[in-house]
Amino acid sequence: MSDHAHDHDPNAVGHVVSMKILVGVWLALMVLTYITVAATYIDLGEFNFPLAMLIATVKAALVCLYFMHLRWDRPFNTIVFLSSLGFVALFIGFVMTDKNEYHEDEIPGYAPKIEEEKR
Amino acid sequence: MAHDHAHDHPPHLAHHFDTPQQQFESGKLGMWLFLATEILLFGGLFCAYAVYRYMYPEVFDYAHQYLDKVMGGINTVVLICSSFTMAWAVRCAQTENRKGLILGLALTLLGGAGFMGIKYVEYAHKIHDGLLPGTYYDPGGHDPESLKSAREAKLKAAAAAVATEAAAPQKTADGKPIEQSTIAAAPRGPKGLRKGDGIHTETPEKADEHAAAGHVQPHGERPEGVWWFFGIYFLMTGLHGFHVLAGMGVIGWLLYRSIKGHFNKDYFAPVDLGGLYWHLVDLIWIYLFPLLYLIG
Repeated sequence: MSDHAHDHDPNAVGHVVSMKILVGVWLALMVLTYITVAATYIDLGEFNFPLAMLIATVKAALVCLYFMHLRWDRPFNTIVFLSSLGFVALFIGFVMTDKNEYHEDEIPGYAPKIEEEKR
Repeated sequence: MAHDHAHDHPPHLAHHFDTPQQQFESGKLGMWLFLATEILLFGGLFCAYAVYRYMYPEVFDYAHQYLDKVMGGINTVVLICSSFTMAWAVRCAQTENRKGLILGLALTLLGGAGFMGIKYVEYAHKIHDGLLPGTYYDPGGHDPESLKSAREAKLKAAAAAVATEAAAPQKTADGKPIEQSTIAAAPRGPKGLRKGDGIHTETPEKADEHAAAGHVQPHGERPEGVWWFFGIYFLMTGLHGFHVLAGMGVIGWLLYRSIKGHFNKDYFAPVDLGGLYWHLVDLIWIYLFPLLYLIG
C-alpha cells in the first residue's frame, strides 16, 4: 500500500502530516523566534511584554495544531488541553486579585511591626 | 464483545479494545490528560512568576541581564528543531520509513542533549558567580558581608560552640551532664528572606575586577531581593530541565524499539505519544524563554 492510499484508508490509524506542513511550521517557528529576540532591542515601552507573549502564543498554537496533530484530532483532546489552560488562568487570576489583600504582619512569625508595637 | 481470533487480529491490539483506532484514540486521550496535569504543575510556577514580577518589577528588570539572551535563543532554536525532527519521526513511523524514524529520533535525542549541555554551561556560570536563590545568593564572589558569608560564619560559630561544649560537658548541680543539642541553630528564621535584609552592593573596585574577568555587569542600581529572580529562574528552568531529561529517556526507549523494528503504520502509538510529551516540553520553553530571558 502506498503512502497516499494510507491517507484515505478508513481503517487507518491517526493522520499523516504532509512534509510541506512540517517544514513550513518549522520555518515559521524559527522566524518567530528571531522576531521575538529582535523585538527586545526595540523599546516599545509597555508593549514589549504583550508582544513577546503574543509571539509565544502563536508559536505554541503552531506546535499544538500541527506538530501535536490537534488540528486533525478528535476535538475532545483540544477541550482537555484548553481546559487545563483555563484552570491555570483561573488560578493565576485569583492569586493576582488576592495578592494585595494581606498585611505582612498577618503571617505567623513574620510580624516585625507587631513586635515593634509590643516594645 | 468477545473478539474473534478467526479474524485477522493485529498482534498489538489489546483485548479490551475493539479496533486499533479505538486503542490509538484512547491512548492519545490518556496522554492529553497527562499533559493537562503537566500544564497545571507548571501553572503553579507561572503563578509564582506572575506574583513576583508584578510585585518586584525592578528585580526582574535588573536580574534578567545576568541571563544570556544568545544562549537562551540558541536553546530555543535547538528545542524547536528537535520538535521538528520528532514530528518528522512520527510521520516516518506512520509511513513505515524505518531509516527516517531512527534518524529522526536520534536527531531529537541529540537536540535534547544539546539543550541540556547549553543549560549546564549556563547553570555552571551562575553557580560560579553566586547567582543563586535565597541565602546562597552571593554575586561577585565571596563578599565578606554577603548573606552567604554571614550564613557560613554563623554555621562555623555554631559548630565551634558545639565542639567546645562537647570537649567540656556542662554539668548540673548534682553532677549530671546537661543534654545539649548538636544541631546548629537555624541560620535564618521565617524573616530570613525578608525584603531589605542584608543587602550589599558590590564595591566599585570589585565590580571592575569582575567585569574585566568577562562576567556580566548589569546596568543600574541593584534592587533589593535579586535572589527571588534566581529562585524562580532555577525552579522553572530546573523543572523544565528534568522534563527534558525524562523526554530524552522516552526517546531513547523509542529509538531502541525502532531499531528493533517494533513500529509500523498500524502501530506507532508509542512514537506519537512520546512525541506529544516532547512537544509539550518545547511548548513550555517557548514561554519560559521570553519570560526569563527577554524582559524589558
